[in-house]
Amino acid sequence: MSGDATMRVEFALNGRPVSLDIDPAERLLDTLRYTLGLTGSKEGCGEGECGACTVYMDGLPVNSCLVPTFQARGRAIETIESIPPESLGAMLASGATQCGACTPGVVMTACWLRKHPELLKTHTAREVMAGNLCRCTGYDGIVDGIRDAMNEKGTA
Amino acid sequence: MRIFSPATLEEACAILAREKGPPTPIAGATDVLVHWPMNLAAKERDYLDLSRVDSLRPMRWSEDSLTLGAMTTYWDVVRDERVGREFPLLVKAARQVGAVQIQSRGTWAGNIVNASPAADGVPALMAYDAVVVLRSSAGEDEVRLDEFYLDYKKMKRRADQLVAAIRVPRRPHDVQIFEKVGARRAQAISKVGLAIAHSSAGWRVVAAAVAPTIRRCRTVEAMLERGDAVRSADDLLPALRKDVSPIDDIRSTSAYRERVLARLLYHDLKGVCPSVT
Repeated sequence: MSGDATMRVEFALNGRPVSLDIDPAERLLDTLRYTLGLTGSKEGCGEGECGACTVYMDGLPVNSCLVPTFQARGRAIETIESIPPESLGAMLASGATQCGACTPGVVMTACWLRKHPELLKTHTAREVMAGNLCRCTGYDGIVDGIRDAMNEKGTA
Repeated sequence: MRIFSPATLEEACAILAREKGPPTPIAGATDVLVHWPMNLAAKERDYLDLSRVDSLRPMRWSEDSLTLGAMTTYWDVVRDERVGREFPLLVKAARQVGAVQIQSRGTWAGNIVNASPAADGVPALMAYDAVVVLRSSAGEDEVRLDEFYLDYKKMKRRADQLVAAIRVPRRPHDVQIFEKVGARRAQAISKVGLAIAHSSAGWRVVAAAVAPTIRRCRTVEAMLERGDAVRSADDLLPALRKDVSPIDDIRSTSAYRERVLARLLYHDLKGVCPSVT
């Protein structure tokens, strides 16, 4: 049990161990942004709708605005800061980003799909991307970028 | 706000029995954390985090049933080919819950106890005659899911009981249909939902977002069992009106919900139920 004060959490963040004392009421998104200074993950809606806060938890995309930080204990968390910029050429070329607010989340989900091409046997790229809202591109640029990235050799 | 983090089911039950409140059990937290910074009342409560109870995680098959542990997520089901073959309604429902980011955290047990009248997972489970397995320090109880809800957000779960698992009987089905009508295809909350199944146990017609709880439409089911002739969607209305009581709210209207439910049901049954032509 943990009382009203702080709570010790340890987890792997982008491959490195971190150990923090947190407020038990903290969301993972806030821990990442305000305690750890990783401001790539954005808050759009705060209700799990827009996907701008998408990070990986044990390899699966999650909305970090809906994860209490204490549930990250012992897990592997990966954020947009772990994605090498040079892997995003196809998405830049296709016009997958305009204002950029949704982009960190879009990139996280798109890179997850690229790591798991077997998902395309059961899902369309659009269904996989359904949890990332974009109000600029109309989505075609995003879907084209994903298609091109998945066709690139040796980037998976 | 205190967080209890049991490692075993026994420990979790002991905390629920012992602590005042008692603490709110949480699994994937996707319902509890919505608009969390503004929800000051939620921070006055204590929570029982089930995410570290490994025994609640797996799905288990036996000869006559599939058991979903309380921590089984929608995504666990979406990725399981065997569930897809034997219980396709579960996979269809899971794929319509939010999007992948929600499916990866949200659980079937959480969907049951959140008790939303517009739940997606509950109608699919109810159409398969699922049973809720409740555990407490006093022992284990089982309640049929179609008898679990008493009224809006009221359930046959005592405060010291945890939903430990959901058991779904295995039987061959010759009809399995799932419908969800929302404002858009993904990330929507249902205006109207419907799950239909037929097996040796008979017809199951389960409606969502048209009553204070997910609702088995027993009058409609009895009509189908008797073989009453149904020649239009309107022929279903007298029976449907005994089963459901839709309201006007932010997502839809009573009139729309009734009309759409009757039409979905009619067109889904036409061709699979001989008395519906």
